Amino acid sequence: MASRVQVPAKTQASSPGFTYSALVVGWLIPGAGHLIIGRWVRALLLFVSIGAMFWLGIAMQGMLYVPNTGNVLDMLGFAGDLGNGLFYALGRIFDLGHGAVQLATADYGTKFIVVAGLLNFISAVDAHNLRIGRKV
Amino acid sequence: MFAPSHFAAVLLFATFASVVFGITQRSTPKAMVRYGAYCWVMFAGVVIAASWVMWLIKR
Repeated sequence: MASRVQVPAKTQASSPGFTYSALVVGWLIPGAGHLIIGRWVRALLLFVSIGAMFWLGIAMQGMLYVPNTGNVLDMLGFAGDLGNGLFYALGRIFDLGHGAVQLATADYGTKFIVVAGLLNFISAVDAHNLRIGRKV
Repeated sequence: MFAPSHFAAVLLFATFASVVFGITQRSTPKAMVRYGAYCWVMFAGVVIAASWVMWLIKR
């Protein structure tokens, strides 16, 4: 039986610099991982999409999770929020997130922030795959 | 405070998530646009369908 299997492209063994630079930079600033490998259109789209999702979540009075060892969902929420990199740090530094969710809109805002972080994880990994030649 | 309607929130969510999915899950620009549009339609379509199902259950 014939099957279609996606074979990863040959990796570039001679990539100059730190191999994980796109992954780390892409995590810290949405889209920056794509920017440093020269994909600036993708970088701009990712920055706008993930950034808008995070800041709209803040504007909707969403909650920023803090490190915790209590409820499993709260721990997962914190892991998702961490994906926002420096945006999350800014939110914590300036105390932008709201502690208690009292409105349906604020609940949506909380989800926007978590999903923005998860999307940024995907984006950073994509930048890393482009960087090492696994994806073309 | 930004307080969109429930449906407006869905459309915003679908738009941003679809852009990221399109860029990260496909390789060529054409495939990215097609997959992004597919994801957007699925996000919005499933919400509309689920809304009608809930409306029917309530009846």
